[in-house]
Amino acid sequence: MTPGWHLRRRKLVSAAMTGACALAVLVALVPLASILVFIVARGLSSLDWDFFTKLPKPTGEAGGGMANAIAGSAKLILLASLVAVPVGVLAGLYVAEYRGRRLASAVRFAADVLNGIPSIVVGIFAYGTVVLPMHRFSAIAGAVALAIMMVPLVARTTEEMVLLVPEMLREGGMALGATRTQVAFSLVLPAALPGILTGVLVAVARIAGETAPLLFTSFNNQFWSSRIDQPTASLTVQIYSYAISPYDDLHRQAWAGALVLVVLILAVSLLARLFTRRLERMAGR
Amino acid sequence: METATMTPSPTTPTHAVSMDARSAPASAPAADAPPLIEIGGFSFWYGPKQALFDIDLRIRERAVTAFIGPSGCGKSTLLRCLNRMNDLIDGVRVEGSVRVQGQDLYGPDVDVVDVRKRLGMVFQKSNPFPKSIFENVVYGLRLQGVKNKGVLRDACEKALRGSALWDEVKDRIEESALSLSGGQMQRLCIARALAVEPEVVLMDEPCSALDPIATAKIEELIFQLKERFTIVIVTHNMQQAARVSDETGFFMLGKLIEFDKTDVIFTRPKQKMTEDYITGRFG
Repeated sequence: MTPGWHLRRRKLVSAAMTGACALAVLVALVPLASILVFIVARGLSSLDWDFFTKLPKPTGEAGGGMANAIAGSAKLILLASLVAVPVGVLAGLYVAEYRGRRLASAVRFAADVLNGIPSIVVGIFAYGTVVLPMHRFSAIAGAVALAIMMVPLVARTTEEMVLLVPEMLREGGMALGATRTQVAFSLVLPAALPGILTGVLVAVARIAGETAPLLFTSFNNQFWSSRIDQPTASLTVQIYSYAISPYDDLHRQAWAGALVLVVLILAVSLLARLFTRRLERMAGR
Repeated sequence: METATMTPSPTTPTHAVSMDARSAPASAPAADAPPLIEIGGFSFWYGPKQALFDIDLRIRERAVTAFIGPSGCGKSTLLRCLNRMNDLIDGVRVEGSVRVQGQDLYGPDVDVVDVRKRLGMVFQKSNPFPKSIFENVVYGLRLQGVKNKGVLRDACEKALRGSALWDEVKDRIEESALSLSGGQMQRLCIARALAVEPEVVLMDEPCSALDPIATAKIEELIFQLKERFTIVIVTHNMQQAARVSDETGFFMLGKLIEFDKTDVIFTRPKQKMTEDYITGRFG
């Protein structure tokens, strides 16, 4: 029981724990790496220029692409963001700036509950409130479903980012005669903007991969649709319907679609990081 | 500094304090002139905890009044009561009055925004907004609805000259305020407060986060500013209080122990507690 023995034991335990942590990281990375490898291996061979530029061919014919689904996904995400970003940002700002008020606590609780609702239920809700009254599947219905999923995500990240803004910034504004609302919009919101934008992009990446809320809202479309009150194709639904079809050619296209989707989501996530860093540098931090 | 560019506030009586007041604070202005700020029987509570006890204090116009005392003695609380910044905290309660030119700040139909316009504040840690230097300085004016670019630019230059920062930043007022050094940021915050032409500038330990050189600059600035503004400064640094102020109040546990001309407080205080504190026996 010499001091030297104790020290050796501590070092041994430390090394063992560090090793265990490293092993856990590796285990956690295995699924991610294998998904990526799998998708790239299966999808890359079916990816060609046609995939990005051509419409789907009628069932049974070879070739064709998913151009309309890529554009449709972009359209759905854009429409959903147009609604969800302002609502989510304002709600998050309110919850953070007026914390302690009963309505703020209620809003935060509601956002958490909404966040926990399964996406298929959100889809059914949009079906009941938008598709049934309109008597048709539409991009609007799909966007509503996606927006409902996006609002709590944006609201919670906005709240977190706004809470990080130092209190002394607010005091500085108030000391110059600004009201709470003026401080919130002219000082707090700009200061939190880089973080909020990251949150928005993360939310976009999240809803871009959703299939369930779109299945019976925006449905699917084999053709281009420029209108927002018509059924609209999306990458996820297209992948789903190709994947359950009995044709090998469509399976290959589904793999290619999955690859494109993953790459797009990865790109948005990377963009989010880049954006944050650029804005932070501009703000001088 | 070009004080000529800054017009004195119209409410100013004739007994302007000259620079000589520094060498002879005892002869400083007419003690019989009515005080600008009159604090009477003022008590303050944070929830159930009383932080200030029955404070009576008169603050003279165009003079520097310092509040000193150990941490938690209530000096910052009192300062923040002077422009009602404590309203931002839930569950506070006040008793007594703070009169500025006869008007009670805690009266029933007082507009808090107006109060904060008349009594500007500089904080312990400089808090520049994440905007350009220019936008920082004119923030208060924009709040008041001033839109004219020329007016804003003139006001910006005047305020930056007033805080002795103009020469250092005149070529880069569109750059981010966060690119300034610590001392420059604090002077920017002073300029921001000056831009709305307040009657009083409240300073809450403005130098506690600055190095000695930046501190010296701010002290020199305080000296120039008191020709046009009334200044109330809270400081932990007793040498600073002795250097810059005309009158000093010593606080202990929420009570005003002694208030007198600065040289009296520092050379022949009447209270044993004051003497113990300034000679470093506690605190």
